[in-house]
Amino acid sequence: MSTDPVALPPDAPGLAGRDGGLYVLLLYMVSVGFALVISAGLVAVSGNAWGSVAEALVEGAFLAPGRWGETLAVATPILLVSLGMVVGVRAGFFNIGQEGQLLMGALAMALIGTRVAGSGPLLLMGGLALGAVAGGLYAGVAALMRFRRGVPEVISTLLLVFVAFQIVGFAITTDWFLRDLDPNRPSQAVTSAALPGSVRLPVMTVWGNEVTIGFFLALLGAGLAAFVLARTVFGFKLRLLGSNPKVAQQAGVSFGKAGATALFISGATAGLAGAVMLAAGASSARLTAGFSNEIGWQGLLVALLARNRPLLCIPVAILFAALRTGSGFLAATGVDRTVVDVVQALLVLALLVPPAVEFMRDRRRVSIAAQVAEPA
Amino acid sequence: MNDIVGALGDIFSSPAMYGSAVRLGVFLAFAALGELVAEKAGTINISVEGSLLAGALGGTMAYDLSGSTVLGLTAGAVAGVLVAMVAANMSHRLTADQFVVGITVNVLVLGLAGFLDATAGPLGGRAGVVTIPLLSRIPVIGQALFSQTWPTYLLYGLIPLTWWLLYRTRWGLEVRSAGENPQAADVSGVDVNGRRRQAIYYGGVLSGLGGAFLILGQVGSFDVGVVGGRGFIAIAAVYFGGWTLRGTLIGALLFGMADAFRLAVPVLGYQVNAQLLAALPYLLTLVVMYFITKRFVQPSALARPFVRGLR
Repeated sequence: MSTDPVALPPDAPGLAGRDGGLYVLLLYMVSVGFALVISAGLVAVSGNAWGSVAEALVEGAFLAPGRWGETLAVATPILLVSLGMVVGVRAGFFNIGQEGQLLMGALAMALIGTRVAGSGPLLLMGGLALGAVAGGLYAGVAALMRFRRGVPEVISTLLLVFVAFQIVGFAITTDWFLRDLDPNRPSQAVTSAALPGSVRLPVMTVWGNEVTIGFFLALLGAGLAAFVLARTVFGFKLRLLGSNPKVAQQAGVSFGKAGATALFISGATAGLAGAVMLAAGASSARLTAGFSNEIGWQGLLVALLARNRPLLCIPVAILFAALRTGSGFLAATGVDRTVVDVVQALLVLALLVPPAVEFMRDRRRVSIAAQVAEPA
Repeated sequence: MNDIVGALGDIFSSPAMYGSAVRLGVFLAFAALGELVAEKAGTINISVEGSLLAGALGGTMAYDLSGSTVLGLTAGAVAGVLVAMVAANMSHRLTADQFVVGITVNVLVLGLAGFLDATAGPLGGRAGVVTIPLLSRIPVIGQALFSQTWPTYLLYGLIPLTWWLLYRTRWGLEVRSAGENPQAADVSGVDVNGRRRQAIYYGGVLSGLGGAFLILGQVGSFDVGVVGGRGFIAIAAVYFGGWTLRGTLIGALLFGMADAFRLAVPVLGYQVNAQLLAALPYLLTLVVMYFITKRFVQPSALARPFVRGLR
């Protein structure tokens, strides 16, 4: 969006004294309050006390022993996915296939970890790198379709998710590919073999909570994304492309090249998230059919809620992870755990409203100012 | 090689295959028709997926409560339009990005469906098959087209209705102008964002009906994954059809046939890799999109928000 090059007279009505601050704050509070009231209503309608639900959520996310470590472990891939989404959206591209790209990353990690012989740390590094590449290339399919043939990436990335599920399904049921060949495998369900202990991410124990190195990796990624977007030429190009593709192209930013890079990055972080998940021991460090477990969707929502600011993604990712891990404790209250999915989506939807309203107000101001500026 | 040809011949000559192709195609066509109208007005309405799921859920719940298919379909349409109203007002009244809104709405409906399914546990049921005399005797396609559950026949009415609305009414002209040149339409006094919202509502009604049809006319029971991304395949059908009514319907039928093929192969006793078969509709859609998207001229303002004074 560009603003009009209208010269605004300083005394234009509506411009004097931007009553912004309080109004905007109020707007946000009303929006979030609305989302929470609907959520509470939903719980109440299903015949439960929402107070005890909130208590169980907090208990499950932070207070019970070992839980906040678990929350951080869940937040790690969510944060990684959201960072890629941020880069993509800032450049103007909506990759909504993170769920699939994450699976591709996990698949690459599983392949390296269980089918290649070598020293543990080397395999771990290789697996993570290859996971990122796999996720990036999978998003690259959508990029190819977009920049060669004009297929909107919103559609192709999503369709590719369903293909990814089948690719994983094929991998874990095929002997030469990833299927666990150990006759003593613990469950009858088809999975890949477990990642050997030497190929896992190191875990630190802090006050009885296990924290994987992965979380710090993700934090580092957030800092990196913020820096690249705000302070580098490449980041500037991406933002330019996102805010005005025409101007970007006139300034010499290649639509296809920069766009494909943005899509690749958004896929690569999702792939890395999948690899990290597996290496951190998600689902017993085995690739399974439902391995992605909607982490991709979560990351996407986090990016939207954090309004595409990489550093803001950190607290939002932890919040969403907390809702997820907290929902594990909901069984005792009788409310189904899926209620948190509703809460999350409502929050995101509610928080779309304030900036839109602000935008409209600003537009109105500009047009009033323009009418005043023009002698009738 | 001969085996494959023989097998394909076998599959494509089985009347069951065409029956299920029509059923699946009809489901897609409900959504695709609505999506066509929304896209003609300038929105790539990805909340169609959410409308379908909401329609399926609402239809099932209403059917469970009342035992009436008519009420089920009505509730489906209402649920579908509710979802569409959220999406339309967020993106064409508040000017939030249409993709962001669409994604969020889809996730919201998915969450709601999961919650309600777990809490209330909808069951669903299937409407009776109505065979139209005479017409159903047409060889090969007769049974497929005219011996279906009765909600199928709703679509046969909606096709001319949509055509008439879009091409023979003032409203339709304004909708199309909002999608082709919103600035010009605005100057001529057309309420561009209003028309866009209404187009999305229409899409919501049709998608809601489609979702309810999926449960009550076809599957028979609700499941959270019942729509499974086919809203996006419906969008692909609109692209396939080059934004024409006829083409969109052909696209819906084609993709429906891919779905039916997937179901028919194991039934007829052929061994094909299960995962490949399950991925087939999505793969076919992707391949078709790759080759077809550039062929046609899309509505020029497709996916561009309209704010007066900005372009």
